[in-house]
Amino acid sequence: MKRGMIDFWVGLFAVAGAAALLFLAIKVSSQSTLPATSTYAVTANFENIGGLKVRAPVKSAGVVVGRVTGIELDPNLYVARVTLALDARYHFSRDSSAQILTSGLLGEQYIGLEPGADDKNLEAGGRITITSSAVVLEQLISRFLFSKAETAGEQTPTEHAQ
Amino acid sequence: MTNVLVRFFARLGAPLTGAIIKLGFACRFFLAILRHSPTSLLRFQLTMREIWFAGVLSVLIIAVSGLFVGMVLALQGYETLVRFGSSSALGILVSLSLVRELGPVVGALLFASRAGSAITAEIGLMKATEQLAAMEMMAVNPIARVVAPKFWGGVLSMPLLAAMFSAMGIFGGYLIGVQMLGLDPGSFWSQMQASVDFRGDVLNGVIKSVFFGVAISLIAVFEGYDAPPTAEGVSRATTRTVVTSALVILALDFVLTAFMFTGM
Amino acid sequence: MPNPVVRFDGVRFAYGETDILRDVSLSVVPGQVVAIMGGSGSGKTTLLRLIGGQLRANAGRVEVDGEDMATLSESALYERRKKLGMLFQFGALFTDLSVFDNVAFPLRERTDLPESMVRDLVLMKLQAVGLRGAAKLMPAELSGGMARRVALARAIALDPRVMLYDEPFTGLDPISLSTIGSLIRELNDALGAASIVVTHDVAESLAIVDYVYFLAEGRVIAEGTPDSVRESAHPFVRQFVGGEKDGPLPFHKPAGPYATDLGLEDGRHD
Repeated sequence: MKRGMIDFWVGLFAVAGAAALLFLAIKVSSQSTLPATSTYAVTANFENIGGLKVRAPVKSAGVVVGRVTGIELDPNLYVARVTLALDARYHFSRDSSAQILTSGLLGEQYIGLEPGADDKNLEAGGRITITSSAVVLEQLISRFLFSKAETAGEQTPTEHAQ
Repeated sequence: MTNVLVRFFARLGAPLTGAIIKLGFACRFFLAILRHSPTSLLRFQLTMREIWFAGVLSVLIIAVSGLFVGMVLALQGYETLVRFGSSSALGILVSLSLVRELGPVVGALLFASRAGSAITAEIGLMKATEQLAAMEMMAVNPIARVVAPKFWGGVLSMPLLAAMFSAMGIFGGYLIGVQMLGLDPGSFWSQMQASVDFRGDVLNGVIKSVFFGVAISLIAVFEGYDAPPTAEGVSRATTRTVVTSALVILALDFVLTAFMFTGM
Repeated sequence: MPNPVVRFDGVRFAYGETDILRDVSLSVVPGQVVAIMGGSGSGKTTLLRLIGGQLRANAGRVEVDGEDMATLSESALYERRKKLGMLFQFGALFTDLSVFDNVAFPLRERTDLPESMVRDLVLMKLQAVGLRGAAKLMPAELSGGMARRVALARAIALDPRVMLYDEPFTGLDPISLSTIGSLIRELNDALGAASIVVTHDVAESLAIVDYVYFLAEGRVIAEGTPDSVRESAHPFVRQFVGGEKDGPLPFHKPAGPYATDLGLEDGRHD
């Protein structure tokens, strides 16, 4: 193999490798972690966060506007304190509400932000006061079964009558 | 009775001490390579040849294997996902498993058997035919002239090959998922893009393949340099390169995965 | 008598527990071609490696050009090796380089000569061994004798002061054999170097060398000029030069009684 040919093939190899990496970077993946400079942090307390994880998305109207950056238990109130890093481009009113939602039936959990009507916006370090907890599937099912049992108990005689 | 015990432990201990001594030699050898790397890398032409030898010549097997692995992943994954009505997540399944695990690991296994064995055989034969000794007598250090370029050729080739493996695999998954099974190409790509993180998944995969590249290249050059200068010695060293590399890759993968994807 | 370029003084060398060289003293002066003869495994190749500094003596001094090889640092050792040329048993040509590049190798690696100068030097060296026409061939395309001549051209590329030959006659046909033999002599005289030929080929080497050392069991057991060696009454030299099977160097490796080993009763077979 001539030296020039080796150079040629190695060059081609490097370009192909770089192209593969570029493909993985641009087409396959996305930069999910927002740059630290363009975010501001707010907190929200939840009674129950269910399966919410750090780095879970924060969405408003379905658009990702931030990430969950911290989850801890408030030792006094025994509620979960969740820290959210929100994109600095977006501002939300002080009376916005946060709820923990699930994408699909078994999908990952994320935080949905519902904007309110207040004139003033949430500042960095602010707190979202109106929150609703995660829907825990077990509780949902047991509630459903209880109500089913109740209605079944009421309905049995009627069925007999038919 | 004690005699039997003594012999039992001696038999147990002999390969163990042998292995530890060998590990020590490998470490010293690694340091020697690093010491001679600057002079050797300055003459990049030498490393170029080794990249051609280890990298370019492995492209075909890596690309074809990647394509097939991706296609099989898509077929198998589709069978399972469609039962839960989430066949649109096929892109995520294929891309995540390739980028995180299969690309670096299977790519490295193929690289070890294709290029690692060739490196060992070449160095072993150079030693057996006294080419290395001849070089030393010509006042040319064989570690700087032969070993270090081969080492760096392998180290530089591995991440590129792993990326090609993953890219080809995802393309194979696209062929099966979208072209054959009729998934929507838009949701295939966008779902994939939404769930694969560049830093957490792609970059960690690349880091893994760099580690594997160092491990395979070191094992390959060491086994070659350490091989007894006979036909049998070289052939056994070649086999050892492939076997040891495979074990080290899998063990290293476990450790790296534990570091990267848990507890963050 | 000029100062010796290579001098061994009471050199002992052992691989682990086994002594290879016990007590070797010899000296070679410039212009001399010296043969070191001995049976297989008598430590001849070890001796060359000691001169090249690839091995270090356990005791005694190995001097090349007046300097003790054992005390040199690695870089000084590499500097010293520039003055040495070595022809390996089967040539040890780099199989991935052409004949031209093989001969150019030491010039490109060890000097900063411009490429045009390298080219001229390589062609000169190849001309000296009669293989200028083979410059473009690959080592695999050469016969054994040609490969060794190319290796010889490579070994003399840097005009060494000491040439070392490791079994230069092994496995050659009679014509190549005498070609190599006369090349060794001619090149030595042309370079004004000293040559050390390690061999067990008695006839060919006695024809070209100035002095012979016989090596057995790690010691120099006899030495002399070719003529005195031919006349020698020393039993080992007689055996070696005459090629007799049995002598001081026994055909049989020491072992217990043959009959016992075969499980036969003692005495029955006698």
